[in-house]
Amino acid sequence: MNIFRLSFRNMTSRPLSTILSLVLLTLGVGMIALLLQVNRHIQQQMENNVRGIDMVVGAKGSPLQLILSAIYHIDAPTGNISRLEAEELQKNRLVASGIPLSYGDTYRGFRIVGTNHQYPELYEAEVASGKLWHEPFEVTIGATVANTLELKTGDTFTGAHGLVEGGETHEEHAYLVVGILGYTNSVVDQLILTATESVWEVHHYEEKEDQTSAQEENHEHEAHGDNHADEGHEEHQAEHEITAMLVKFRSPMGMVQLPRMVNENTNMQAAVPAYEISRLFSLMGVGIDTLSTIALVIMAVSGLSVFISLYNALKDRQYEMALMRTYGATRWQLVWLVLQEGLVLTLTGFLLGMLFSRLGLWLVSRLMETTYHYSFSGWGLVMEEWWLLATALVIGLLASLLPAFRVFRINISKTLADA
Amino acid sequence: MVKVRALFFAYNKQTCFRFPDIDLEAGRNLLVLGESGIGKTTLLHLLAGLLWPKSGSVEVMGTVLHEMSLAKLDRFRGRHIGLVFQRPHFVLALSLAENLALVQYLAGKQQDKNRISEVLDSLGIRHKLHEKPYRLSQGEQQRAAIALAVVNNPRLILADEPTSSLDDKNCMKVAALLKEQASATGAQLIIITHDQRLKAQFQNTLIL
Repeated sequence: MNIFRLSFRNMTSRPLSTILSLVLLTLGVGMIALLLQVNRHIQQQMENNVRGIDMVVGAKGSPLQLILSAIYHIDAPTGNISRLEAEELQKNRLVASGIPLSYGDTYRGFRIVGTNHQYPELYEAEVASGKLWHEPFEVTIGATVANTLELKTGDTFTGAHGLVEGGETHEEHAYLVVGILGYTNSVVDQLILTATESVWEVHHYEEKEDQTSAQEENHEHEAHGDNHADEGHEEHQAEHEITAMLVKFRSPMGMVQLPRMVNENTNMQAAVPAYEISRLFSLMGVGIDTLSTIALVIMAVSGLSVFISLYNALKDRQYEMALMRTYGATRWQLVWLVLQEGLVLTLTGFLLGMLFSRLGLWLVSRLMETTYHYSFSGWGLVMEEWWLLATALVIGLLASLLPAFRVFRINISKTLADA
Repeated sequence: MVKVRALFFAYNKQTCFRFPDIDLEAGRNLLVLGESGIGKTTLLHLLAGLLWPKSGSVEVMGTVLHEMSLAKLDRFRGRHIGLVFQRPHFVLALSLAENLALVQYLAGKQQDKNRISEVLDSLGIRHKLHEKPYRLSQGEQQRAAIALAVVNNPRLILADEPTSSLDDKNCMKVAALLKEQASATGAQLIIITHDQRLKAQFQNTLIL
């Protein structure tokens, strides 16, 4: 028997108020920790994917949509832009590099992106097995794609039109997996990379087919020769379309001049990821702040609950305290007993809260993975959670301070005589 | 062993007590008899070092109680003085055995399960070892309270009205048990009571 065991027994001897305090603490701590973690993971993912991209050029529309679709691949594209126009921009002396992206097809929910080898380089993706694509219809797939779909080098599959599952499939054009990338913890893990030409060919073939069938229906056999020339022309035109281009500037001057120039002088739209993302976060921030405030209020209430629990228990146990003094307990031992009860209670609440938050994080992560093909990694404590621990302990200390003070000042003789 | 000199205590101007000197040699017991309201409990608390006298001194085993620091006095009391109160009280969250272990711990003594069993055995409540004290019967509780007072082998046992709520039969039993326990541990026993029935049990009586 010692002071620690005694305080533990005291807590378990009044299970209801102890459970109430613990539930409140768990909720408060758990909510705050979950918010911190989700916020951190989203921010990390967002920032991780933005690296090296100063500007995104795409079709006119919502700049946020352009960023979400071209960088994170979680939104629909704004449309197509002319490849020539984009290449023209690449020649600008302020542009260090421009990576073309063509997308719009998926395979079982994972996006097929036509691009060049600079794209995996941007995310420092290493080839884990096989090689990077070289011919049209060769694909190199991200690690998560390979894992989830159990694809290996040498497998073939056909893409589906559109960004949602169950779109019309392009049966005629099978892709061949030639390589698998290692994990990068970036968007590349969730992508199927191929040559820009593959995406073009798939879609031009379809256009051609559509046209042919239309022609057959209209019985315009005579004009076949002319049409063929037209088709060739169209094909040539269409080949010059891409969905977006990721641009890196040579100098900060680019940031000043290029977005404006693109938006005013071309048919394209320029969006700056850093700006759009901070805008997105400030929008999300309102919700996060509200939730944090609610969680803080819950924590404060839990502190009050710990206080009431200790205070009431002490009122019932005045005599016990006096009794223990007569058996040789010093004042400080009893103060420590009460403080310990408060601290053990809040510490337990904190640990339960952490458990609760990690469980929540796991659920959110699974949800993100199934709906957005995004997953979280890293479950360690963040700096703010150490602060949360400190806050919880301070709450425990404050809640037990007044009861502890009363114990310190206890009048043994009077308490014994009154009992 | 116990020496009381010119002890004076005042709660306020109206309520003040002057106590007669006491000299109790080693190996002897004392019954202090007195009516309600003449400061019996006050005297007991002064002897136990729970109250500070306005003047005078209490000496136990050659140590003047009120010259010690508070923490030292708490330790001294825990080690050498056992207290039995009118109504038995315990730490409610703990079982009887744990209460006894706690008392050993608080006195800074080795926690000794054999001693706990021995004491409960001699009081006839060993089978209640793991029972919560408040689940015991009235008589068992009174014995358990005696167990708490004697488990640390105190040199002095102070009992405050230990028999006043008991019937004749149990009164004699408790008095006998107290004397028995005191002689078993070589302690001196001071009972403070208004219970005239105990008079026959003690040779050494002080009337307040």
